[in-house]
Amino acid sequence: MIRIANAQGFWGDSLEAPLEQLRGGPIDYLTLDYLAEVTMSILQKQYSRDPQAGYARDFPQMIERAAKDIVERGVKVVANAGGVNPETCGEAVAAALARAGYKGRLKIGVVTGDNILPRLDGLLARGVELRNLDTGEPLSTVRSRVRSANVYLGAFPIAEALDQGARIVVTGRCSDVALSLGPAIHEFQWARDEWDKLAAGVVGGHVIECGAQATGGNCQVDWETMPDFAGIGYPILEAEPDGRCAITKHAGTGGRVTVAGVTEQLVYEIGDPRAYITPDVIADFTSLQIEQAGPDRVRLWGMRGRPATDFYKVSISYSAGFKAVGTLTYGWPDAYKKAKMADQILRTRLERLGLQFDAISSEYVGANACHGEALSGEPSPDLAEVTWRVGVRGQDAAAIERFTRELAPLALNGPPVVTYPSGGKPKVEEVVAYWPALIPKNEVAATVKVAVKVA
Amino acid sequence: MARVRLLDIAHARSGDKGDCANIGLIALKPEHYPVLVAQVTTERVKEHFREICRGRVERFELPNLHALNFLLHEALDGGGTVSLRTDAQGKTLSAALLRMEVDL
Repeated sequence: MIRIANAQGFWGDSLEAPLEQLRGGPIDYLTLDYLAEVTMSILQKQYSRDPQAGYARDFPQMIERAAKDIVERGVKVVANAGGVNPETCGEAVAAALARAGYKGRLKIGVVTGDNILPRLDGLLARGVELRNLDTGEPLSTVRSRVRSANVYLGAFPIAEALDQGARIVVTGRCSDVALSLGPAIHEFQWARDEWDKLAAGVVGGHVIECGAQATGGNCQVDWETMPDFAGIGYPILEAEPDGRCAITKHAGTGGRVTVAGVTEQLVYEIGDPRAYITPDVIADFTSLQIEQAGPDRVRLWGMRGRPATDFYKVSISYSAGFKAVGTLTYGWPDAYKKAKMADQILRTRLERLGLQFDAISSEYVGANACHGEALSGEPSPDLAEVTWRVGVRGQDAAAIERFTRELAPLALNGPPVVTYPSGGKPKVEEVVAYWPALIPKNEVAATVKVAVKVA
Repeated sequence: MARVRLLDIAHARSGDKGDCANIGLIALKPEHYPVLVAQVTTERVKEHFREICRGRVERFELPNLHALNFLLHEALDGGGTVSLRTDAQGKTLSAALLRMEVDL
């Protein structure tokens, strides 16, 4: 059995979780997920300005803080912190280890090959159209606005890096579950066609990939009595060679591991549960069995898998215009009615100014912003306050900029009992949109490099 | 027969994939799973989210988990980074579904 601990469900998650996972009890692997869809375009932008940037700088900082525990406890670390520049991230990790007094002590593995941005024109010229999975349009329609293009690699390159002795593995884009499936493949030497075992690794990885969402965080069942949210433990996957696994957390930590919470995570962000497609296997989530096997311990077994497809998924980001969102808060009485009137005034003014937008969105936070008017019912005239949140989106940055100047005046020349946020006028932001596509696997080659000191 | 909110017999978690929101709906007790299967149909869910979901609704069954998974297409104003909404990733749609009433 091996223990795979997740310490980060997204970039921005708890900075203390990695240390708590290392120090709270025995673990074999520490996995950290840094890459949301939006992250790649931000990192690509940083890389285009500075070829030494483009990765998650938090990661080497974490390695430096945790170096003693990683080295002395013999824990291996797997993270997709490489962003669009995994090699430089690997060098930064080597430097961080050196600063912590462990120079040259650990082999570092770097997985590359996911970044197809430099190859995009060649691929398109050869007829790889990278059609949008949702709309069917070929990528050529937005080619000039593409910001980043990364293939979701699978778990085998990570396993290969570990096979070669890597103690820390840095990747670019890979499937989220690859971070924990890779270690299982390495430890148990699962073959590429052991579909049920690979599917089991996918299911276990899926449960822990969002951090504390598997240990009581964000769980709707009995949330009011959740033990010690402030000290919530992050999830640990105990994986067996035959594919069975258990989800648990370190003793003495907060939160709880229950069938309810793990089931919520199993159904989180999935599509067809009979066909959860990953680069390595298609997992069938309707085959697995689940039970509470003790306090803070949920057992999973019976996972079934089918052969993987001949394609990798590609995540492409492209520039799609501009947007801005601002707020004003209206107070009792009739807060909702006042906010609605302000919205009418603004829309009239935007129209008179002749400004064109692709979309205008008005929401009433405190009244019905999350669930909409139809589900939330008529807002009470006695609501203490309502925050009017209004946003515009369009291709013309000047029009969006003009919109941002129209909110503040309403604090003086519109309905009464209103307060304007201290942050000033809304910021105009570039809209980065996503273009999901498929690419034949034979067009992509992952490269694995393992060395004591990268580069 | 009693009319109850799904909140009383189920729990849920929701998230996003592009402009598509998913809602996993889980029976609190196994005996309530058939109630979900029979009454929380794609048609009712589409009608329930008429203000939010502009596309189609798909439903998948996970009898092993006493759960249903719903996909709400074109429900996030273009998706996470494009959307102007407060809940651009559909995180609160789980609870929105639990407002629906069913007969026990």
